[in-house]
Amino acid sequence: MTVEKVFVSSLGISADVVHDDLEYGAIKEWDSVAHMGLVSALEQEYNVMLETDDVIDMSSVGKAKEILRKYGVQV
Amino acid sequence: MTAAELLKSRPYAPSAPEKRAMLLDGLNELTVHHRRNCVPYDRIVKALFNGADTVDELSALPWLPVRLFKRTDLVSVPHEKIVKTLVSSGTTGQLPSRIFLDRETASSQARILATIAGDFLGKARMPMLIIDDASFLRDRTRFNARAAAILGFSSLGRDHLYLLDEQLLPDWNALSSYLEAHRDTPILLFGFTFIVWQNFVEAALAEERSFHFPPGSALIHGGGWKRLEDRKVSEESFKAALAERFGIERVHNYYGMVEQVGSIYFECEHGRLHTPAYSDILIRDPVSLEPLGVGEAGLVQVLSVLPRSYPGHSLLTEDLGTIVGEDDCPCGRNGKSFRIHGRLRNVEMRGCSDTRPVPAV
Repeated sequence: MTVEKVFVSSLGISADVVHDDLEYGAIKEWDSVAHMGLVSALEQEYNVMLETDDVIDMSSVGKAKEILRKYGVQV
Repeated sequence: MTAAELLKSRPYAPSAPEKRAMLLDGLNELTVHHRRNCVPYDRIVKALFNGADTVDELSALPWLPVRLFKRTDLVSVPHEKIVKTLVSSGTTGQLPSRIFLDRETASSQARILATIAGDFLGKARMPMLIIDDASFLRDRTRFNARAAAILGFSSLGRDHLYLLDEQLLPDWNALSSYLEAHRDTPILLFGFTFIVWQNFVEAALAEERSFHFPPGSALIHGGGWKRLEDRKVSEESFKAALAERFGIERVHNYYGMVEQVGSIYFECEHGRLHTPAYSDILIRDPVSLEPLGVGEAGLVQVLSVLPRSYPGHSLLTEDLGTIVGEDDCPCGRNGKSFRIHGRLRNVEMRGCSDTRPVPAV
């Protein structure tokens, strides 16, 4: 599954909203509660375990990809 | 050094002289910022503190009584920049405080919490048991300080299990399965002190249940001892019960309040609360408000370089505490170490902060 698809299914949003510049908190579906679910969905999808700093730094779709790359995920 | 640069320091690294200089610069800069951007704050500083923008020592910084946030909305950024409003739980008969966060202040708060907790727990996110119920997750209109604290700490863990139902009864079967699934990894527990005692420890005692958490598991709890003191529960018996019933040997209390983001003081292995690089405490005589020295009990003033979206960088609390030492705790962490004795609860602040006329704002 692409990173975009994980965002769509985890946050329950439409695919055309999801682009690299979409920021945490910019839409009501991506709030602090949903963020924890999103992190765990990404971790499950790519079989990684993020550190706390990265959970907090994940402030946009683009930033999520950058963080996942750091863990060796090809996105 | 600016407040932003100070935030990059390691939490317990700077020695007292280094820290004092950094904090003074950061806090002076915030006083100027808030005076420029928050008219009511500027009026208070002019009326009560002779309008001093920069001061030479921490004890000379202007401060606000913490309960001012219950009476008036204080904010230093345009309203459209506010992304989060924190509302204190507010016990019966008390007005809640309202604290306004912009993106920058909210994100530095989250980061600093992770940095401080990381110093005690390590960087890896542990499986996390939350001794509370999850109803606030479903009804996000009930978002208060309690929910904000749970969510703030949630980023430290993974595979979160909320142990209690809406009646605050523990689901012991869920706990058994959870411990089975995470047999080899230390577990992080989080909860409010009184709920941990009543709905976890005492509930297990009453039902004669005990569990074995993996070695290295740690409990973080906060919210105050008042209600436990009423029941004659000491810190020692609290810790002893957790070790005996659950095998949890690491227990860290924390002190903090919704009115000052970033002021989060963790208890070390030697039972002392610690000030990190980004914040500090002063103790003042409850009557004269003069600063007191090490070992003297008085009102706690909290200082933090984080509050930028609202003027909360220097606050006089209604809590009583004592500084135990500075840069000399056996745990090796620098900064002041202190103890909290409780709150001046239900006390009209006559003879305390209200003796000074706070102008109507």
